[in-house]
Amino acid sequence: MEDNLTCKELVELVTEYLEGTLPEAIHLRMDHHLSDCDGCTHYVEQMRQTIRLTGRLKEESLMPHQRDDLLRLFRDWKKS
Amino acid sequence: MKVFFVELIIEKQRTESKWFDMADDVEYLSANVPMHTNADEMSLLNALRARDESAFTQLVGQYHPSLVRLARLFVQDEAVAEELAQETWLAVLNGIDHFEGRSSLKTWIFTILTNKAKTRGQREKRTISFSDLDATLQTQPTVDPGRFNESNAEAWANHWKTEPASWSGIPEESFLSHETQNLIRRTIESLPDNQRIVIDLRDVQELSSTEVCNVLGISETNQRVLLHRARAKVRQALEDYLQPEH
Ligand SMILES: [Zn+2]
Repeated sequence: MEDNLTCKELVELVTEYLEGTLPEAIHLRMDHHLSDCDGCTHYVEQMRQTIRLTGRLKEESLMPHQRDDLLRLFRDWKKS
Repeated sequence: MKVFFVELIIEKQRTESKWFDMADDVEYLSANVPMHTNADEMSLLNALRARDESAFTQLVGQYHPSLVRLARLFVQDEAVAEELAQETWLAVLNGIDHFEGRSSLKTWIFTILTNKAKTRGQREKRTISFSDLDATLQTQPTVDPGRFNESNAEAWANHWKTEPASWSGIPEESFLSHETQNLIRRTIESLPDNQRIVIDLRDVQELSSTEVCNVLGISETNQRVLLHRARAKVRQALEDYLQPEH
């Protein structure tokens, strides 16, 4: 069992794990560790939440003056 | 721990060439490999080429706020950022008839913006480096080593001393509160420029890793290291805030 990942190692691999870019052997070792470690399972879950909540920061709507400026830009371009 | 990372890097180098052959997996494509625009983008593209105003309105509605936000990472002034985004749209319109679809439309637009913003940022003496990632950055821990047992502990060496708690009991209102959102915003704003840009593009603007690499002209590895460090800091800030007893 000494080739098992430690928690300290696992936390540094979490991004590659979530990206799906880990070599298969290491991905499997990580799954194995997670199946048996609450601390790391929570860590990965917290990281997923972090990503989800960061995604909520997106500001969407265009301000009316931005829309006006851009429409003017488009119409000038179309005329030229 | 160091030994482990060396092992991992060697293993990755061995498998890397194999990965790059898997052309159907877009995540592993390098910056110069052609990538086709999707069906939605294709119809927008055709409409725009036909000088259709509603296609333009749809595109700017989708990307303009993101472009201004991205530009703001390179230049201080909000008005300059707005100007850069407008210049980008003009370049998009002027180039639309010659756009070859070698990248996605989205990536192309963001790339035009970053090129303009980088030039402008240099003029403002505000340069952001993506290439000076020293090797030590990759091996610096992103979690306080005090959270783990000592390496020489008799049992559970390098395992959690203070385990992260489950967040499943935290109500959604707390996650989505203004305080929490502001905390995330402030934490991202306090990050080094290169980490801030990467987490913003990946997790706020939701570009794929390939798109971010193309837009910023950085390697997959650099992108991932920066993203990893940035996310770890945001997670830590959230943990401190949501469970102050840690
Ligand atoms: Zn663990």
